[in-house]
Amino acid sequence: MIRAIEKEISQDRRAFIKKVLGGTIAGSLLLVIPAGAVDLTGIPEQIPGMRGDTAPFITKKKFAFIVDITRCIGCGSCCVADKNEYKVPDGMYRTWVERYVIDDEDNVYVDSPNGGLDGYQEPREDIPHPTRDTFFVPKLCNMCEHPSCVQVCPVGATYQTEDGFVLVDSKRCVACGYCVQACPYSVRFINPETKTADKCTWCYHRVRKGLLPACVNVCPVQARKFGDLNDKDSEVYNILHQPHVVSVLKPGMGNKPALHYVGLRREVV
Amino acid sequence: MSPEHGVAAATALTNYVFPNDIHVHWSLMIVLYPYITGIVAGAFIVSSLYHVFHIESLKPVSRYALVFALAFVAFATAPLLNHLGHPERAMSMMLTPNPTSAMAGFGYIYSAYSIVLILEILFIYRPTLVALKQTATGFKRKLYGMLTLGSDNVSEKSLALDHKIIAFLAAIGIPMACTLHGYVGFIFGGVKANPMWATPLMPVIFLLSASVSGIAGIIFSYVLIKTFTGRFIDMDCVRTLIKFLWGCFILDFVFEMLELFSHAYMATHHWEALRDLYFGPLYSTFWIAQVGVFSVIPFVALGILSLVKLPDGVVKFFGSLISLMILVQVLLMRWNVVIGGQLMSKSERGHTVFRPEWFEKEGIMVSIVIMLLPIIFLYILSKVFPFWLDDEPAVEKQSA
Ligand code: SF4
Ligand code: SF4
Repeated sequence: MIRAIEKEISQDRRAFIKKVLGGTIAGSLLLVIPAGAVDLTGIPEQIPGMRGDTAPFITKKKFAFIVDITRCIGCGSCCVADKNEYKVPDGMYRTWVERYVIDDEDNVYVDSPNGGLDGYQEPREDIPHPTRDTFFVPKLCNMCEHPSCVQVCPVGATYQTEDGFVLVDSKRCVACGYCVQACPYSVRFINPETKTADKCTWCYHRVRKGLLPACVNVCPVQARKFGDLNDKDSEVYNILHQPHVVSVLKPGMGNKPALHYVGLRREVV
Repeated sequence: MSPEHGVAAATALTNYVFPNDIHVHWSLMIVLYPYITGIVAGAFIVSSLYHVFHIESLKPVSRYALVFALAFVAFATAPLLNHLGHPERAMSMMLTPNPTSAMAGFGYIYSAYSIVLILEILFIYRPTLVALKQTATGFKRKLYGMLTLGSDNVSEKSLALDHKIIAFLAAIGIPMACTLHGYVGFIFGGVKANPMWATPLMPVIFLLSASVSGIAGIIFSYVLIKTFTGRFIDMDCVRTLIKFLWGCFILDFVFEMLELFSHAYMATHHWEALRDLYFGPLYSTFWIAQVGVFSVIPFVALGILSLVKLPDGVVKFFGSLISLMILVQVLLMRWNVVIGGQLMSKSERGHTVFRPEWFEKEGIMVSIVIMLLPIIFLYILSKVFPFWLDDEPAVEKQSA
């Protein structure tokens, strides 16, 4: 019984993904182009070897997202790009940028007004002691290898694709909010427009077209990196396979994020 | 300076809530959901104490407790459905469930339990319904005909068989009632991302508080209905119920405190956030209301009512008053767990605020209506199923 159900669900998803590939479902980038055949000539392939792959899942690739904290300048461009790409309702965040300030008494002050959408134009004035360290931390879905959200979803609306993406099927979601509670990183919310769970997808629809996620594309200092770990020439492969200070968020949760951070400080949760 | 203010000052600067945690997703509806299922499970346990464990003094409420449970179980899913963004898809939880989800099993456990409960009521009431059918006319006669499962046979042999079936249903009903509510605790206890919920004690605490709320609901409504209808109150029954309430409440309260105490004693990195929560936004609803007023007073009062020989009138009055307080205690406990757990951001660096509105989809008015529905339904049920044995119509004995 359960097998049959799973099969049916997976068929649904294959059909959905085929539609993404065919261009009938797409984000804002593709909406400007008439549905049907999407003409990508003139837009260079940003992820090598993606355009030829029309299989339902990209099984030959292992994607990783890397955020370099030492590079982020807190400009908020990524947040703006994301909000535009997905028409994210105000007060909900698929991605956001946190500002950390550590004073010389080791007190940690964090803020993220409006999710960093307006950039950090002014320094924080309310810190009583001299500042020892300060940095920005962009946040997004960790695309966990063991995602809590998938585990708890009662109807299987949140699922993990064979290529490692964790996505939400908005036609199936009942908006119980269990996944919102279960995600250790608080990247999920219930979208008030669709009344379904929503979160960062690492721009799955762009990746399938060989394009980088919108936020990666716009970051002026390359603090956000995305690529294939099976490709030994990719930047992400090189970062994760060379001596770097690299870590993941809340490793104790056991979720095994595919999102890695370069220069992650212990103060960051 | 009170601890509350000290913490408030310290967190004002460092308070950081993840942007998506500012909004509390599980609101009043999810407070009511475990509250109602808890009352159901507890009331069922009262009835089983008589039917399975043969506590004779509970006979006067044994079938009332079942009808009471039915009235509440009928509306256990009402808050859930109101909460869902897509209630029209709710059935997918049962038709295409995700086997790894701690929530997906609820539909099955709930349905199975409801069936057992309904069957048990029908079998217990069968002779009564047969007698009522004989005197009834029109619609009522048809209704009783349906409810007697088409059998008017009240011979001793057939009643003996009924008895066996009842004992069996009551016996499987107990583990089911315990599972139903222990499971609701697990829905919270299994959320590893939330350090307040993620404790193996959660199902235990939920189950104990369920028993407590069910017994308290029975005492309170029994005394109230009997008083207002000017009927005889069986004080032996009330006293026994109070003793059970006291026993369960000792366990319940002690476990609730132990849970907090172990968090404080182990003082892991979570404790700082939990302490800020308990002494910050939860200070009044947890320490003052749940613990101070609605736990300590009933705790002492139930001890006195159970141990000291007091006049009937005193037991009646204070027994029902304390039961009402216990019902409030459990509601507060649900609030503090469900809402409290979400006030603390997963950043573990701060907490958000939650104030329910009167007139919103999941607001206070709707909550009041949802809590009134089982009471109205109980009244309707009373027209079909006579609660008390002294209302029993004479059953015309047939020979086998
Ligand atoms: S970060 Fe949260 S939403 Fe993303 S895969 Fe992990 S558990 Fe799911
Ligand atoms: S809100 Fe939707 S995606 Fe999340 S657990 Fe519930 S049904 Fe699944």
